[in-house]
Amino acid sequence: MYEFAYQKPASANAAAALLAADMEAKAMAGGMTLIPVLKQRLNKPSTVVDLAAAGLVGISEAGGVVTIGAMTTHAAIAASDVVRAKIPGLAEQASWIGDNAVRHRGTMGGSLANNDPSACYPSAVLALGGTIVTTKREIAADEYFQGMFTTALEPDEIITAIRLPVPQKSAYEKFRNPASRYATVGVFVAQFAAGVRVAVTGAGQNGVFRHKEMEAALSKSFTADAIAAIKTPADGLNSDIHASAEYRAHLIGVMARRAVARAR
Amino acid sequence: MTPPRTPSDPPQIGRSRRRVEDRRFLTGHGRFLADLAAAGTLTAIVLRSPHAHARILRIDTAAAAALPGVRLILTCADLRAEGIGDLPCPVQVATEAPLIVPPRPALADRVVRFVGDPVAFLVADTAAQAQDAAEAVIVDYETLPAITDATAALAGGAVQIWPQAPGNCAFTFRRGDAAAVAAAFADAHRVVTLDLINNRIAAVPMEARAARGQYDAARGQFLLTLSGQGVHTIRAQMAAPILGVAEDALRIVAPDVGGGFGPKNAVYPEYVLVLAAARRLGMPVTWQASRTEDFLTTAHGRDNRTRARLALDAAGMILGLEVVTHANLGAYLSPGGVGSCTNSPATAMGGVYAVPAVCMEVRGVFTNTTPIDAYRGAGKPEANYIIERLLDRAARETGMDAAMLRRRNLIGAFPYRSALGMVIDCGDPRARLDAALAAADRDGFPARRAASAARGRLRGLGFACFLETARGAPGEWAAIRFAADGMIELASGVQSNGQGHETSFPQIAADRLGLPCEMFRIVQADTAQVPRGHGHGGARSLHMGGTALVGAMEAMLIRARRLAARLLQADAAALIYADGSFSVPGDARAIGLPALARAAAETNETLDTEHDSPLERVTFPHGCHAAEVEIDPETGAVTLLRYVGVDDYGTLVNPMLTRGQVQGGLAQGIGQALMEEIRFDHDSGQMQSASLQDYCLPRAADLPGLEIAFAGIPTDANPLGVKGSGQAGCIAAPQTVMNAVLDALAPLGIDDLDMPATPMRVWQAIARARSGG
Repeated sequence: MYEFAYQKPASANAAAALLAADMEAKAMAGGMTLIPVLKQRLNKPSTVVDLAAAGLVGISEAGGVVTIGAMTTHAAIAASDVVRAKIPGLAEQASWIGDNAVRHRGTMGGSLANNDPSACYPSAVLALGGTIVTTKREIAADEYFQGMFTTALEPDEIITAIRLPVPQKSAYEKFRNPASRYATVGVFVAQFAAGVRVAVTGAGQNGVFRHKEMEAALSKSFTADAIAAIKTPADGLNSDIHASAEYRAHLIGVMARRAVARAR
Repeated sequence: MTPPRTPSDPPQIGRSRRRVEDRRFLTGHGRFLADLAAAGTLTAIVLRSPHAHARILRIDTAAAAALPGVRLILTCADLRAEGIGDLPCPVQVATEAPLIVPPRPALADRVVRFVGDPVAFLVADTAAQAQDAAEAVIVDYETLPAITDATAALAGGAVQIWPQAPGNCAFTFRRGDAAAVAAAFADAHRVVTLDLINNRIAAVPMEARAARGQYDAARGQFLLTLSGQGVHTIRAQMAAPILGVAEDALRIVAPDVGGGFGPKNAVYPEYVLVLAAARRLGMPVTWQASRTEDFLTTAHGRDNRTRARLALDAAGMILGLEVVTHANLGAYLSPGGVGSCTNSPATAMGGVYAVPAVCMEVRGVFTNTTPIDAYRGAGKPEANYIIERLLDRAARETGMDAAMLRRRNLIGAFPYRSALGMVIDCGDPRARLDAALAAADRDGFPARRAASAARGRLRGLGFACFLETARGAPGEWAAIRFAADGMIELASGVQSNGQGHETSFPQIAADRLGLPCEMFRIVQADTAQVPRGHGHGGARSLHMGGTALVGAMEAMLIRARRLAARLLQADAAALIYADGSFSVPGDARAIGLPALARAAAETNETLDTEHDSPLERVTFPHGCHAAEVEIDPETGAVTLLRYVGVDDYGTLVNPMLTRGQVQGGLAQGIGQALMEEIRFDHDSGQMQSASLQDYCLPRAADLPGLEIAFAGIPTDANPLGVKGSGQAGCIAAPQTVMNAVLDALAPLGIDDLDMPATPMRVWQAIARARSGG
């Protein structure tokens, strides 16, 4: 770990100001990725701006939209009565991120800002057609995710909340990397009156993506059989020692069918 | 003062006494290397090669040396200038031609040969300063082609790693009667051939390797404190060969050690470097491996490619076994790596079966990979894997029932002399096989398989026997010492690095001496307190260490009896020793052992007694295990549903500790079968599994209850009747699990799969089978 200064501002705007004033400063929203990276000297921030005191915690629902504060932990989301009732797929997703320690430190905003291609949340936010609320603006999920570890966020822009429309049904199926427990392939399906959205994480070289062919088929018939014949091409998918692109392509189909069958 | 035992106290041996050391370990009071406070210790970092094979053109340390807090930077040239020797490779293996031992300096000399090969050693006041210095060292490399696979390294045209080892071959080893085997194959009704990969795995001890060097210039004394498992072996390899000093000028101490598993028996470059730096600087120097450094540089285990052939007659009787292996040794020879693919598997080749003719041919191969050394089982998992996979294949090819085929060939009468010369003293493998299959409810399996199939799952039941040949280094030293605080010290050349000697050894002493367990204290792993010994390895602790301890106690009691006779004014031969005291039959005269020790001290005598036990014999733990798995054919994921076994470890000193040893070994063996694999990129030689994000260890939730029943026949190889249990789990599990996986896949026509049976590998096999290829 390199030496760095540490700040714990009392608001998101104060944190954003610190980031704006120092391009080498780095926000920390739980630290479940940042701290291991710092320990390995893979990042050298001048200042770590800890968002823990910025008051961005909480879950509420109004008018068919669930709003989750950016600093809400995975454990809180998994245990939330609101999330469990309104978006059960998200509660389930949060309940098997990392391990118990990670779930009590890691936050939804931190995960979304990092946009790890194997992280779980991007699939939920994209499939639900959510909105990323920041210190500057509101960003639609379809515009927010811009590739591996890349988002629409500006360097001094901080996520304050995530707004998620309540679907009729949702579910998440994840095939875990046996070692890291990140998503080798994770598929989130969300059914709305206007149609079905399907987002895939863990598989794409450019991070999370929508599976339009499945969406079209499921919008006609929300059944596993409706997508049974869909073959996902392996082009553009990740390949590593745990899963080849072909295996990931295959798993997308399996996970999607299982998610549809389990959606509620 | 603890009250003496009474005659009504039950024996301690055989009791599942709870682990005394666990209070310390579980409450954070263990003293591991990083917990030791050393006033003014400096911190060291190793700068390592980022390349698998490269020429070092230039090392420029000037900028690094000028950084704040930097005390010392060592390169190979510095070591050579100080006369520090290369790491030796003392090996006694009868290879065809003399073993080729390339030089292994503690820091690479002009060429690096694996990713992680140490290049420079940086010592600074703090870890951050040492890391800063490491980043400021400039090393110019000219990269060379790298090779990581043993068979590829032997092929013509492969890059040459050592000029003195043409074709990258360190040795060829042959054992057994090749002519008899050839004759057996000529007569065979059927020959079963199998190509097997025994995957490279890492021990991953909870405590990564670490060492601290100190030097007392006034006395010319080195002190090395390390997370290791055999202080005397390491001292013998380091004192004269590397440091050029007598053994008594190097004291080695191991505090609490968080797991050894074999790789911590070897000498590593960092041990040399902390001592060299401490001598230069006159201050303690501490080095602690990170987890990734541990993956990159702590010796790995296994990594064999084997073609095995089994000759059978028409009735399924085994006629002969031929084993040809390419054993990856890594970039340098680590001493235990040579025995682990030669002598050690030879002791167990053919397993628990009567195989009349066996021959082995092993070629040891240099590659641009981390060196291989002994890892739990060290050759015996490999040997058992070969015969048990062959037998399942033979059953499938002949249509014979796999249990019947085994039963026909199991060793039936003991002692039994194996084709490669081991004399197995006692056992009952047939009873173990029958009991394990009953415990696994083999008869009920078809119904369970059908139930799984109804849910779209493939279910498999696999079983396999195992033979462990447990001894490790022969002979051991022990001593009984009466400490000033009233405790009796049990000093031993064996070493616990988590196994529980503080609990089990007092149980032995308590029974022999008739005193409570609480009166005994273990002394180990310090060359200043224990003059000699062979440490931990080969499941030898109770067999070797327990035997030496019994010998020391018996010798002590002879002296104690003489002293008691003098003090009690009685005939020594007439004294009765019971419950910790000598008494004269028929009257009230008696004296307890603690009082005798105090009386001896008052007259400048001592009851302290040491004993060397020359024991050469091997013990033969064996058993039969069965695993039941379910495979999700859509994802390839394997779930281990049930694991049972019936094992013979002779007399159990502490059944709970035995169970713990077996379970830990099983977790490692199941890990090897289903999850664990050190992977290298074939082109670059970069390790692709150098962290726990990619190297998959089994978690508790991955394992079912491990239901092991004990059916021990005491051996007469030692006075306790014990057989080593430390390695058995990982010797038994790989073939048991793989046979289950292959049984599950059999309906699809899949008859071969290498470890680890990861989801992708299983899915690929299924996909190939379904596409007709």
